[in-house]
Amino acid sequence: MATYTLTVNGNKHRVNVEDDMPLLWVLRDEIGLTGTKFGCGRGLCGTCTIHLDGEPTRSCMTPVEYADGSEITTIEGLSNDVSHPLQQAWIDEEVPQCGYCQSGQIMTAAALLKRIPDPSDDDIDVAMKMNLCRCGTYQRIRKAIHKAAKGI
Amino acid sequence: MAHPTVSRRDFLKVSSTAGAGLMIGVFLPAKKRLVEAGLVSGQPFEPNAFLAINPDNTVTVTVMKSEMGQQVRTSLPMIIADELDADWSQVKIAQADAHPDKYGSQGTGGSGSIRRSFQKLRKAGAAAREMLIEAGANEWNVDKSDCTVSNGKVVHSSTGRQFTFGELTKKAANLPVPEDPPLKNPKDFKFIGKSMPGLDTPSRVDGSAQFGMDVQLPDMLYATVIRCPTFGGRVKSFDAHEAKKINDVTDIFAIEGGIAVVGTNTWAVVKGQRTADIKWDHGKFAKWDSSRIRNMMQKKGLGNAVVAREEGNVAKAQKDADNVLEAVYEVPFTSHATMEPMNCVAHVNNGKCEIWVPTQAPQRVQTTAAEALGIPEEKVTVHVTMLGGGFGRRLFADYVIDAVEISKKTGKPVLMLWTREEDMAHDFYRPTSIHKLSSAMTKKNRATSWSHRIIAPSISAQRSPETFSKGELDRSAVNGASNVPYEIPNIHVDYVMTNTQVPVGWWRSVYNSQNAFANEGFIDEMAHAAGTDPYKFRLKLLKNSPRYLGVLKLAAEKAGWGKKLEKGRGRGIAVHKAFGSWAAQVAEVTVNRDGNFSVDRIVSAIDCGLAVHPDGVRMQMESAIVFGLTSTLKGEITIKDGAVVQSNFHEFELLRIDEMPKVETYIVESNEAPGGAGEPGVPPVAPAMTNAIFDATGIRIRKLPIRPEDLRV
Repeated sequence: MATYTLTVNGNKHRVNVEDDMPLLWVLRDEIGLTGTKFGCGRGLCGTCTIHLDGEPTRSCMTPVEYADGSEITTIEGLSNDVSHPLQQAWIDEEVPQCGYCQSGQIMTAAALLKRIPDPSDDDIDVAMKMNLCRCGTYQRIRKAIHKAAKGI
Repeated sequence: MAHPTVSRRDFLKVSSTAGAGLMIGVFLPAKKRLVEAGLVSGQPFEPNAFLAINPDNTVTVTVMKSEMGQQVRTSLPMIIADELDADWSQVKIAQADAHPDKYGSQGTGGSGSIRRSFQKLRKAGAAAREMLIEAGANEWNVDKSDCTVSNGKVVHSSTGRQFTFGELTKKAANLPVPEDPPLKNPKDFKFIGKSMPGLDTPSRVDGSAQFGMDVQLPDMLYATVIRCPTFGGRVKSFDAHEAKKINDVTDIFAIEGGIAVVGTNTWAVVKGQRTADIKWDHGKFAKWDSSRIRNMMQKKGLGNAVVAREEGNVAKAQKDADNVLEAVYEVPFTSHATMEPMNCVAHVNNGKCEIWVPTQAPQRVQTTAAEALGIPEEKVTVHVTMLGGGFGRRLFADYVIDAVEISKKTGKPVLMLWTREEDMAHDFYRPTSIHKLSSAMTKKNRATSWSHRIIAPSISAQRSPETFSKGELDRSAVNGASNVPYEIPNIHVDYVMTNTQVPVGWWRSVYNSQNAFANEGFIDEMAHAAGTDPYKFRLKLLKNSPRYLGVLKLAAEKAGWGKKLEKGRGRGIAVHKAFGSWAAQVAEVTVNRDGNFSVDRIVSAIDCGLAVHPDGVRMQMESAIVFGLTSTLKGEITIKDGAVVQSNFHEFELLRIDEMPKVETYIVESNEAPGGAGEPGVPPVAPAMTNAIFDATGIRIRKLPIRPEDLRV
């Protein structure tokens, strides 16, 4: 048990938790940000994806001790008003069905667009293929990423 | 299930509460009175709705069905708002808590949310509209025939004077409710048939949508459960000593379902779960595995069967035939694997219980919790959250019992969450099945008989064994098989029940997924045996079934059926009717010499009658195709030592974005009554795929999932 300092969506948080507690549970249970979801607990589904110092990261597999002092962005911090081009494109294309995996999908896509502003279909496949969606919204995710790319 | 005819007895009920304005619902007669009158058995009624028009000019639609991605929280309000002539921006949604009879059945399944409530929701909107018109006419002291409604305003036509709904709501609330309000001519629909933007969509892209496991209460504890991996096994003993040493673990104890680990955060209880030292009594089923189950099914399949459909004389037709075609199709167990694992928040306190849960069956949650706690149903409040996927899994309330037991024992609100491993090991799986088919064919390539034996576990019998103690037919298990639509003079369909300890349940499209695979694969074999194009072969046998023909022709035309494909590519077609809708699909595949293959395109046609929310229908077709492809290509659940082998997504794989074919959806223009949309797209996927693979390679796949090694040339 130790105290860790994390900057989450621009706000500083001090949490006193076990060293091996994954960021997912720090964010959800300790800080109360529930937009980041639990899917598998083993880094297999991408549902829990956040940005850790700008890099897309599986929060279910990242112990808090590795993130001390880091900057974290979660879905809640992507924009204050659903104005991120990906969020707008997701709305325009009616991407979400149940919506549960979409925080992880959008955070993965946001990291992709930072790296490759106008990705090809192959770029999208490579970046997004570790994010599972049981509702099967893949076709619309692809379309929305292309649309957002045009808007950035 | 037959429902009593109550349309003439339906009545509209209105109530006015201080400050609330007009609240109107379409109520069926009180359940008790109907039961007393012998009209119903006390089973849940058809759904009905509730709406409130508020003085601030908003319209609150209470959605009684669960939202799991099928857009009911947009499409059901569209129906009411259309008949009400509300402005779409006025519409707010509220989610109904469970209530035994206020809303009728709140169960969300059978692709039934729209098709079973369409007329009643229209009536609810229309009644409110008529009352608002009358209230306006009274205020102006004019004839109501000179008043109209549009976009949330009542207008006096001759003078152009107008009132907003909000201004009239208190007056309208005092008026008598019209018994049979006029409904709109469908050509005047403003929202129905248009794709309105999803009311919940923004909350699903910024993390604010509240799913079951997002509920946070003051003083709440976290818990997880460990069940015996072997079906039918029990806890022999457990040593909590090591698990209790973990920081933030507060307790570990036995419950009915297994061992509960409780703590002050999720991570602590997950660690506790991994540390707990439990000795299991694995029970008799520990000796079973997938191959033993298959052997048992094959053996039983040779014995007695219950007849589901009998027409003509199949034996005679086979005796007279020039050729009898036979084939065996097989389908494995598979899991729902919703992205949000099973969870439930419960607070048992002072003889009462409050529950927050992602469920498809709020009323079942209420009765299940009441029974588990030994308290009356009315002491249990059930709030329905958003569902991170359902697909039938959340029609069960097994995990609710865990949550209420743990809360009762700790005296605190508890968020009970299953890990992915528990979720996968303790699903109610889509039943495995074996299908034996045969058909008598004449020299002139005419099919003179069709027989289909379904060998499968029964969901209904597992739930209520007493109903099936004499080997009665499980009608659900032959759904999609006994109603095979092809015009063949001699038909025999029967069923052999093969239950095991493996829990089975309703999985998106239920037995239609297995039965359509068998039907539509075999009819393709018959077409090829007859040397006929499989699409044309179907058309001929369906010449008197216009809605089957409609979707077949639409899918074939849009897919360019008959156009030549390059070597290694193939095209397959399948059609199936389920849940009040007709669906046809054409799959296109490319198969390499090493057996690896890609799904290039699936063209999908659906006749769901009037499509209330066309984009919602397209979404469901896209979703159903991915769901169907996952179970066609991957997604097998196997049994070893009486337990499920697969533990997480590395062993139970889902389709990924790089495997996603191009999906095109075409909706048949129709003014027929709405049919279902959530499930009908699943059954045609597997047979369209295996038929396409046959077209590409000449290899007939009769066992799912398809494996590349089956296709190596």
